[in-house]
Amino acid sequence: MNLILFTFIVLLGFTSYYFGRRKAYTIQSTNKRLTALPQFYGYYLAIWCAIPAFIIFSLWAIFEPTIVKLLILSDYSNQGYLDDELNLIYEKTKALSRGQFTGEITPFIEASAEKYLSLRSIAQSSKAVIVLSIIIASVAYAYKKISSNSRTREPVEKFLKAVLFTASLAAILTTVGIVFSLIFQTIDFFKVIPLFDFVFGTHWYPAKAFVRDSSEALDPTMYSDTFGAVPIFAGTFFIAFIAMCVAIPIGLMSGIYLAEYASVKVRQYAKPLIEILAGIPTVVYGFFAALTVGPFLKEIGNSMGLDVSAESALAAGGVMGIMIIPFISSLSDDVITSVPQSLRDGSYAMGATKSETIKKVIFPAALPGIVGSILLGVSRAIGETMIVVMASGLAANLTLNPLESTSTITAQIVVILIGDQAFGDPKTQAAFALGMSLFLVTLCLNIVALRVVKKYREKYE
Amino acid sequence: MKKNGVKMIKINSKNVDVYYGKKQALFNINLDIEENQVTALIGPSGCGKSTFLRCLNRMNDVIDICRVKGQIIINDFDINDKSCDVVRLREKIGMVFQKPNPFPKTIYENISYGPTIHGMAQSKNEMDEIVETSLKKAALWEEVKDRLHEPGTGLSGGQQQRLCIARAISVKPEVILMDEPCSALDPIATAQIEELIDELKKDHTIIIVTHSMAQAARVSQNTGFFHLGELIEHGSTDKIFKNPENKKTQDYITGRFG
Repeated sequence: MNLILFTFIVLLGFTSYYFGRRKAYTIQSTNKRLTALPQFYGYYLAIWCAIPAFIIFSLWAIFEPTIVKLLILSDYSNQGYLDDELNLIYEKTKALSRGQFTGEITPFIEASAEKYLSLRSIAQSSKAVIVLSIIIASVAYAYKKISSNSRTREPVEKFLKAVLFTASLAAILTTVGIVFSLIFQTIDFFKVIPLFDFVFGTHWYPAKAFVRDSSEALDPTMYSDTFGAVPIFAGTFFIAFIAMCVAIPIGLMSGIYLAEYASVKVRQYAKPLIEILAGIPTVVYGFFAALTVGPFLKEIGNSMGLDVSAESALAAGGVMGIMIIPFISSLSDDVITSVPQSLRDGSYAMGATKSETIKKVIFPAALPGIVGSILLGVSRAIGETMIVVMASGLAANLTLNPLESTSTITAQIVVILIGDQAFGDPKTQAAFALGMSLFLVTLCLNIVALRVVKKYREKYE
Repeated sequence: MKKNGVKMIKINSKNVDVYYGKKQALFNINLDIEENQVTALIGPSGCGKSTFLRCLNRMNDVIDICRVKGQIIINDFDINDKSCDVVRLREKIGMVFQKPNPFPKTIYENISYGPTIHGMAQSKNEMDEIVETSLKKAALWEEVKDRLHEPGTGLSGGQQQRLCIARAISVKPEVILMDEPCSALDPIATAQIEELIDELKKDHTIIIVTHSMAQAARVSQNTGFFHLGELIEHGSTDKIFKNPENKKTQDYITGRFG
């Protein structure tokens, strides 16, 4: 029903566009000059169609359920029901009307369900009638109003601006919403677990929290020595460090090669090829790390008499580094290419060789942008999950030995939230606390990266 | 400057052809450049004068699709020969570009760049001296001596261009090529650069590409007129401007086309 109505409104919109434009052409044919191009008249009418429809639809969505509920429950007033009971009755009514009710059907509820259905159908048809009549009225009003000297361009432009503004507002508001949900859960978590224990504790063992029976009372002392985040922070930075040790040199050098040395033809094929690496899902990297690189390193280590864990920080970090190479390579290639040719010319004209020019002129000029690309790479490394979960183990060891397994923030969030979770449980909230700290770390990195990049931009503009 | 009454030829180009891909940009250019004189290259846009200038220090090498044929002889040596060391060549032949292009480094580092890569200074003192003399020669010293360690990009347009000239002369080149050095500058900065060019010709041979006929007449002793990739006429500036032999030259000089 709603879909048909919606299609109808869209068709009406197109029709009003057509009529608006036709009227403009008619005005034009009488040798009057229009204030805007004819299609603006069309858009103008279409807007007069869209806005009332939107307003009525939203009002209906807000008020219809409330009013229907009031009408249904008015039958039960003065019978001494509590609010909770009334709500229950209403829910039962709705379930019955959908045919999903499984309990005992009383005649009262059956009557209510019938009433509910009839109310809904009245609401639907009245909605259709009201929407269509208001739209037609408003379009007709606007159609009469437009003349050779009426302003149509400005309202259309304003409308577009408002639509775009709403879109960006939606994006920002959802982000803010996510951050707030993180914050509140995190605060709850820290009510049970002291912040000090979380930040400075060296023992991370959330499995201990699994044993609590949710019917027991919450006893904060049982969580001492459970949520010490130092090992997983250390693991996170350690693995990110290994990843950057792989990604920075290779990415940077390939970026320089692509930007400065590669012929047009090589660049034409090599650059998309490198960027394909960025398109590989991280799960694939993950099992590559877990099934190929990990055992391979273990074998090599064993043959040299080293004790290498099959799930090692080295395997995870190394593969993560490979994953990040295309970001650094592609971004630094862009940055280096955007260094003005005049600087290269100036340097070559002084008799500098290519490598001297790169080392002394291009690299320093591109440095802020390169630093920006590296920082973006780091924040990816810190936020990466799948590779670590698969290849580096889930036990939060506090170690600096790359051959042992360690765990990261993201991997621990996965561990905590896999399977059944109870809301309001410190174990679940620990995931929010970790997410919050991860968010803060990457936020800081991104702010620094953006600032550096911005500083770079100012240099040549 | 004359030796035994004969003008010294610094650069001698013979049958120079330049191609960009399949398109020929210069046709059989034969032009001699006199030592310690200013030679102006004039002509309408796209006539090949800048291309010819860039042949003289092999800057066209930078452009992948560009090919240069013919001989350009400087100090009895053909620079298009395979044995030519481009690094040495560009040390001897400096260049100043249309748009000031100081490196994003300090003023001091901008000047010390060339001497460093050519190993010209053995000590910090020597380098300081090179920087000071270069800046003095470029008439910039008084304006920047207190801010040598500030970024060169912070200077005004005219100052930046003089910084680029100072950078070019820091390696004591024999020839300085200038590719429309004043086209991005205001009249006052232009006047300063022109004055400077006159000063520099004592020690250097200067070739300047310019769109301004007035500038060519003011600063140069010799002029070459390019049109559609050909060198139409060349000779002393006086003669080209007052009594050109070719009709096209006359039309261009008098502003009838261009």
